[in-house]
Amino acid sequence: MTGLLGLAYWAETAIKLGVALVVIPTAALMLGYLFLLKMMAFMQSRLGPTDVGPYGSLQLIADAVKFLQKEDIHPAAADRRVFRAAPVVVLASSFLLFVVLPTGPDAVVENLDTGIFYAMAVSSLSVLGVLMAGWASANKYALLGGLRAAGQLIAYELPLILAVMGVVIQADSLNLQEIVRAQAEGEIFGFGLIGNPFILTQFIGFLIFMISAQAELTQTPFDMPVAETELVGGFHVEYTGFRFLLFFMAEVATAFAFSALATVMFLGGWWIPGFDFDAPILNVLGPVVMLAKILVVAFIIFWIRFTYPRLREDQLQKFAWKVLIPLSLANIVVTGIFKVVL
Amino acid sequence: MSPPPTASSLRSQQAYVAAQAADARVNVELDTGDMTLNIGPQHPATHGTLRIACQLDGEQVISAEPLMGYMHRGYEKLCEVRTFPQCTTLINRIDWLGSFANEVPFILAAEQLMGVEAPPRAQWIRTILFELSRIANVSLFLGDMGVQVGALTPVFFAFRDRERVLNQIEAVTGGRFHPNFDRIGGLKDDLPRGWIDETHAVMAKMRGFCDEMEDLLMGNEIFQARCRSVGVIPGEVALDFGLSGANLRASGVDWDLRRDANPGLAWDQVDWRVWTHPDGDSFARYWVRLQETREATKIVDQLLDGIPAGPIMAKVPRIIKVPAGEAYVSTENPLGEMGYYVVSKGGLEPFRVKIRTPSFSNISVVPWVMRGTYVPDIITILGSLYFILGDIDR
Amino acid sequence: MPQFPGLLKGLGVTARTAARTLFPKRGMRTLIPAPQQGSVTVQYPHEKEAPPDRARGVIALHEENCTACMLCSRSCPDWCIYIEGHKVKAPPRRAGGAVRSVNVVDRFDIDYALCMYCGICVEVCPFDALFWSPEYEYSEPHIADLLHDRIRLSEWMETVPAFEDYEPGSEQKVRQVPDFGPDDFAPARKLEADGARELASESDGARELASGAGS
Repeated sequence: MTGLLGLAYWAETAIKLGVALVVIPTAALMLGYLFLLKMMAFMQSRLGPTDVGPYGSLQLIADAVKFLQKEDIHPAAADRRVFRAAPVVVLASSFLLFVVLPTGPDAVVENLDTGIFYAMAVSSLSVLGVLMAGWASANKYALLGGLRAAGQLIAYELPLILAVMGVVIQADSLNLQEIVRAQAEGEIFGFGLIGNPFILTQFIGFLIFMISAQAELTQTPFDMPVAETELVGGFHVEYTGFRFLLFFMAEVATAFAFSALATVMFLGGWWIPGFDFDAPILNVLGPVVMLAKILVVAFIIFWIRFTYPRLREDQLQKFAWKVLIPLSLANIVVTGIFKVVL
Repeated sequence: MSPPPTASSLRSQQAYVAAQAADARVNVELDTGDMTLNIGPQHPATHGTLRIACQLDGEQVISAEPLMGYMHRGYEKLCEVRTFPQCTTLINRIDWLGSFANEVPFILAAEQLMGVEAPPRAQWIRTILFELSRIANVSLFLGDMGVQVGALTPVFFAFRDRERVLNQIEAVTGGRFHPNFDRIGGLKDDLPRGWIDETHAVMAKMRGFCDEMEDLLMGNEIFQARCRSVGVIPGEVALDFGLSGANLRASGVDWDLRRDANPGLAWDQVDWRVWTHPDGDSFARYWVRLQETREATKIVDQLLDGIPAGPIMAKVPRIIKVPAGEAYVSTENPLGEMGYYVVSKGGLEPFRVKIRTPSFSNISVVPWVMRGTYVPDIITILGSLYFILGDIDR
Repeated sequence: MPQFPGLLKGLGVTARTAARTLFPKRGMRTLIPAPQQGSVTVQYPHEKEAPPDRARGVIALHEENCTACMLCSRSCPDWCIYIEGHKVKAPPRRAGGAVRSVNVVDRFDIDYALCMYCGICVEVCPFDALFWSPEYEYSEPHIADLLHDRIRLSEWMETVPAFEDYEPGSEQKVRQVPDFGPDDFAPARKLEADGARELASESDGARELASGAGS
C-alpha cells in the first residue's frame, strides 16, 4: 500500500478520518434529500420540502436539529445498555463499510486485500444491531421486527455473497481496487475502449446483488423488519430523538454504501474510459464519476422502494431459497466454466 | 335477510382453518408460549381506534377478537333529541368518507313515514351525489390497501384524485366531508351552472386513476402474492356473518341493494352491472371495489346526461312533524348495506333510530377469518375488509 | 413467483408521475422543470386555495335583516348561537302612519368552537340575515376567541360571494346577496341613537327569552 501523498502515518490517518466524517453524513443527507424527500414527492405528485434552504435542501438538517431537541426516552422495561448500544452498532456497521470503498487510484481509506470479503462481513453487523434493538426495547412489535430481520439475514445474505462470488472469480481478486482494475483493463470481444464493466458479463449477478441489497437495506419490497403498517416501525418503534436519527442515518448511509459497492463491482467503479488506470487526475475526477454512478444505482433502489408493496417473510424465504440461491449458484458455475475455458 | 347457517358453511370453515394450520404444524413441535398482541386501539392499520386482541404463536394467529367502542359517539341516542332535519347533521359523521350516502336512507325512511316523495330531479341528483360519495370513499380504499401491504405511493394517488371528487361534492353541497344536503322531500339546492361538465371531466380522471391503480398495484405480482388466497371468506360464511357490499360480492354472492331493492333513486334508469368475484379472498375484494369504482363513474356519467328538469323539493311543511309509525330503509352504501330503522311518535323528533352500519357487520367476520393466518395477513385482511371506524362505533 | 411485466408496469406508473410532476410543460419548453405547476399540492401559506362559492367556511350576519326571532338559535343542532334583542319604536314609514316597533339585535354570537357547519341556521332564516362565506382563515390560539360576536360576523358579509346561476332545467330562483357594506349596517341601531324611545318592558322580556334559550 502506498502512502497518500507521502505524508506521515498520523497525518494521513487524520485526513482520512476528516474526509470520512464529512463524506458519510453528506452522502446520507444527499441521498435522503434527493430521493427520500424530493423524488418520492415527485412520484406522488407532490413538491416535497420547499421552505428550508434553496428548494428545501436543508430540510434534513432541520429535521436532525429537531431530533436532537427531543427527549431521550427509554421504555421502563428496556434493557438500557443494549438499548443504547443498538443504534451505534447499526451506524458503526455502515461507517465501516465506507472504509474499503475506492474512489480513485489512491483515494481510498484502506485498500484491504480482502476488501469485498470485509465489506460483506461488516454489512451483516447491522442485523446484530437491529436484533439488539428489537430485543432490548421490550416491545412485542420491536421483537417481531428484530426476529424478522434475523430471519431475513439468512435468506438474503447467501445470494448476496454468491452474487459477489461471480465478480470475484472474474476479477481474480477480493481487493476492490483490483476489481476496478479488472474492469478497466478488461475487454469485451476484443473491444476494450470502455473496459469491461461486469454488469455486461455478470448481469444475473447484478440483479441478484440488487435484490439482495434491497433486503439488506430493509427497503420495500423487503422491509418486513420495519413494516410501518404491521409492526408500527418494527425494531425502532421505541426509539426517539437522537437514537432514532442514528437509525435513520444508518439506513440512508448504508444505501449509499451499497450503491457504491454495486458501482465498484458491476459498473466499472471510478475509472473513466480513456484514462490511464493510475493517472493522478483520477483522484479528483474519480469521486465525481463514482458519485454519478452511485446516484443512478441509488435511484433504482429508491424507485423500487416507492413503487412496490412488501412481501411476506415466508415469501421472501421461498423466493431466496428457491430462486435466488439456485440462480446465483448457476451463475457461479457458468462464470467458472467460462473462466476455465477462456 | 341472511339465510340460516348451513352445515356446509361449517364444513368449509373447518377445512379453511385446517388448511391454514397445516403450515404451522412444525411450530407445534417447537412449542413456544402464546403471545398476546394488541393491534390497536392506536395502530396504523386500524385507521381509527379499533383494537384487535390477537393470540399469537410466533407470527401465527391462534385467535383474533375485534374489540370496538373506543369511538362510540352515541348517534342513535343523540338522534332522539334532535329534530328530523337536525339528524342529518349527525348522520353525516357516521361513515365520514361517504357522508352523503349516509343521509339518503335516513331521509328516505322519514319520507316514507310522511308519505312524501322527492321530485324526479331531486332523485337523480341524489343518486349522482350518492355515487360520487361512493367513488370518493372507495377510491381511498384503493390507495389505502397499498399502504396496508407496504406500498407508499398508491395512497397519494388516491388522495390526489379523490380530491377532485370532493371538490365536485363541495361545489354542490358546500361541504367536502359533511354535505348535509339531503332534505325530507328533496334537496337543499340545485346544481350550480357548469357543474355537469366539470363532473364529466372528473369522472374521466377517475377512470384514469382506476387504470393507474390496476398497473401500479393490482397488477403487481408482489401485491397479488400478498393478497391472493389470504383471508378467504366463502359465500355462505359471508352471508352467515351478515357481510354486505363489496365484501359479499367478492365472495361470489350476487347481491346489490341498488339493483335488488331500489328505494326510488335513479339507479334503475341507467345501464350498469353488478361485479362479483368468486374467490372471496383479499384480492377479490380489491378487484371488486376497483370495478365498482369504474362502474360508478359510468353511472354518474349516464345520470349527468339525463337529469330531468323540474323542481328539487316536494311540498313539505316548514316545520317537519313525522307522523307516528316505523320504517326501515336500507341502501347500498360504499361499505355495504346501511339501514335506518326509524320509529316516530308523531313529534318533531324521532322516537328511536336504529342504525344498521355495514362496517359493524363486516368486522364481525374477523375472528373467523383470521384464525391461522400470519401477522402480515391480519393487516391485509383488515385492509381488504375495509371498515370506517365511525361506521363501526357510530 | 414474481413475473416481471406487472412489476415493470408499476415502475412505469411512478416514473411517469414523477416526469409529469417535474416537467409539466409541453412543446419546446418540455425540459424546463416546473414542479410548482406539475404538483397537485397547494403551498398553503404562500398561495391559498379557492374553495367553491358554496363552500361552508364561515357564517356572515347581515344585521340589518335580523329580527332576533331566534329561529336559527333554536334549530341549531348543537345550540351554538346566542341571541339577545330588544324592541324600539321606529317612526312610521309614511307620514301619518302608525309607529312601528322594530327588533334590535343586542347580541348575536356564534361559537365556532361548537359549530358543526351544517348550515341549518342559514337555511331556516326567514329574513335573509345569515349567509355562508367560503372564507376559512379564522383560527385562533385561544378557543374563547372562536366566539364571533355580531360585529365580527357582520364583517364577514364582505366576503360573501354572489349566488351562482343554476344548471339548465332547474326551477330554483337565484337569490341575491344584499349589498350593504359593514359600515352602514343596522339602521335600527341608528334609530335608537337618534333618540327613539325604548320600550323597557318589552326589552326586558326579550332579554330573558334570549338568555333562557342561550344558556
